[in-house]
Amino acid sequence: MGAIRLEKVKKTFGTLDVIPGVDLDINDGEFVVFVGPSGCGKSTLLRLIAGLEDVTDGKILINGTDVATEAPAKRGLSMVFQSYALYPHMTVYNNIAFGLKMAGESKEVIEEKVQSAAKILNLTDYLERRPSALSGGQRQRVAIGRAIVRNPAAFLFDEPLSNLDAALRVNMRLEITGLHQELKTTMIYVTHDQVEAMTMADKIVVLQAGRVEQVGKPMELYNSPANKFVAGFIGSPKMNFLGGELAKKYDCHEIGIRPEHVAVSTENGEIPATVKIAEHLGAETYLHVEADGYGPMTVRATGEVPLGEHDKIFLTPEQDRIHRFDAHGLALGKS
Amino acid sequence: MESKQTPLGYVSFSVFAWIVGLLIFFPIFWMVLTSFKSELEAVSIPPSFISFDWTLENYAEVQERSNYFKFAMNSVILAVGSTLVGLVFAVTCAWAMAFNPTKRTKDALLWMLSTKMMPPVGVLVPIYLMFRDWGLLDTRFGLIMVLFLMNLPIMVWMLYTYFKEIPTDILEAARMDGATLPKEIIFVLLPMAVPGIASTMLLNIILAWNEAFWTLNLTTSDAAPLTAFIASYSSPEGLFWAKLSAASTLAVAPILVIGWFSQKQLVRGLTFGAVK
Ligand SMILES: Nc1ncnc2c1ncn2[C@@H]1O[C@H](COP(=O)(O)OP(=O)(O)OP(=O)(O)O)[C@@H](O)[C@H]1O
Ligand SMILES: [Mg+2]
Repeated sequence: MGAIRLEKVKKTFGTLDVIPGVDLDINDGEFVVFVGPSGCGKSTLLRLIAGLEDVTDGKILINGTDVATEAPAKRGLSMVFQSYALYPHMTVYNNIAFGLKMAGESKEVIEEKVQSAAKILNLTDYLERRPSALSGGQRQRVAIGRAIVRNPAAFLFDEPLSNLDAALRVNMRLEITGLHQELKTTMIYVTHDQVEAMTMADKIVVLQAGRVEQVGKPMELYNSPANKFVAGFIGSPKMNFLGGELAKKYDCHEIGIRPEHVAVSTENGEIPATVKIAEHLGAETYLHVEADGYGPMTVRATGEVPLGEHDKIFLTPEQDRIHRFDAHGLALGKS
Repeated sequence: MESKQTPLGYVSFSVFAWIVGLLIFFPIFWMVLTSFKSELEAVSIPPSFISFDWTLENYAEVQERSNYFKFAMNSVILAVGSTLVGLVFAVTCAWAMAFNPTKRTKDALLWMLSTKMMPPVGVLVPIYLMFRDWGLLDTRFGLIMVLFLMNLPIMVWMLYTYFKEIPTDILEAARMDGATLPKEIIFVLLPMAVPGIASTMLLNIILAWNEAFWTLNLTTSDAAPLTAFIASYSSPEGLFWAKLSAASTLAVAPILVIGWFSQKQLVRGLTFGAVK
């Protein structure tokens, strides 16, 4: 069981107001991802939940009990750090067993739990090694193993994959998702990578400057972002924002249209544009163009497109995929 | 760097280093040599290097006149005792400063270190009076306290530089794993800092062993260490060079041996922050 509720959680470092006040509900068994630009307070929020930082004000309820002033260990949470934070002087076995030892478990229980965690994580052959003799991916698995054996109410991950290379990252991403499906334990996962957020989360929490901008399922955020910030942050490449004639036509301050929702034609269309750079990825092509009257835009065409620098094209946004924003950047309903 | 050096530069640097080394080593060498001479030969001019009658009588006489082992035992107890007591305070202090720093931490560290720049004689009278009133004169306990306090700033400083290099994450992981503060320090921090702790201890044992000002002023016989043992040969009946040399050789031998075997560790410890 691991339902977590934040009520008006505030954190200041000296005079720096890092988290001005966050309310959030995390249901038992949910995979929640905190995402946001660097320095927005994701790690701080996670560390507040973990108990590694003290809240300035507010409540942190775990299964209904306020733990805001409890020591980290009392909260029954496990954390996986970006740097892995393994104990360098202990073997893999002892790294995983440390929490159990601290909890005063018997030798037999420790042996059994460590072995079963090692099996889940494919670490059985490495139990006698020191962390320094492991690869990055293996170290990350040990860190996860250390978190699993304590049978926590929730797992906290702080950018656990950012030190791995791209291929390994995709693998570990799947492994962690698999682990969540298997354990069905609440997980809170911090990342600034929106692809990780989209692929892993049941619920995404978008943060900016310590404020929650929007909470929702990945597709909700993608399809109906609450404001320009979320619209620009979720989705890759970034959404295009256009003012001028088009905005007027849709009766708003600015419209947003995702690169994948613009039809590209060499013959006719709504907006004439000139290709600046074409990125050919095989399955798709990203065109960075200069749109007449609107400035730079990015559009995505499927498959191989025989376009290159200086080519003239025409762009037509898909009407029902247009997002409308007011002067404050807040989303307006569909027109 | 080495590869860029010209052979000539290398040779002259080596010669220079050897000269400095020999200059530093010569007094010790001469002291050991003198300790094997008779008193007469010890003061003869020109001095003889090898061609004298080697004798052990100085050592025999020194041992007869005063109990070397009692002094040596006191030296060991004072050096090790003050280092161990110091370690308890220094580890906790350095932990706080390295992992929970505030804006003033650096200032506090510098201030602690600056107390080492004050001449000890400045506080001799108050400390002597306190020792007298509390019955601490000539006790090992009293001396351990003074030596430990004398060296505490250096211990804190050294451990602080070591602890600074240890990622806070690892200690936080231990905290998440349910380790209490003492367990976090004993099972996680200390094992990771073993090299630093070892060199801190070594340096402090050596400093405490060689400390002469307080040991001479606050002891008479019961707690007197080897520094007092040497001193007792230098005054009353004029100077007996050979016996004084024998006593000195006996006094510095143990620490010299320890220093010799641990020099790598010591150098590493003292240059830790600098190289990396
Ligand atoms: N101990 C601290 N003292 C003072 N300021 C801090 C402290 N920890 C974090 N901050 C500040 O709080 C803000 C949020 O930091 P935080 O580490 O939570 O960001 P983040 O969203 O995790 O960023 P990143 O993606 O780069 O990890 C930053 O401006 C940071 O400088
Ligand atoms: Mg962070």
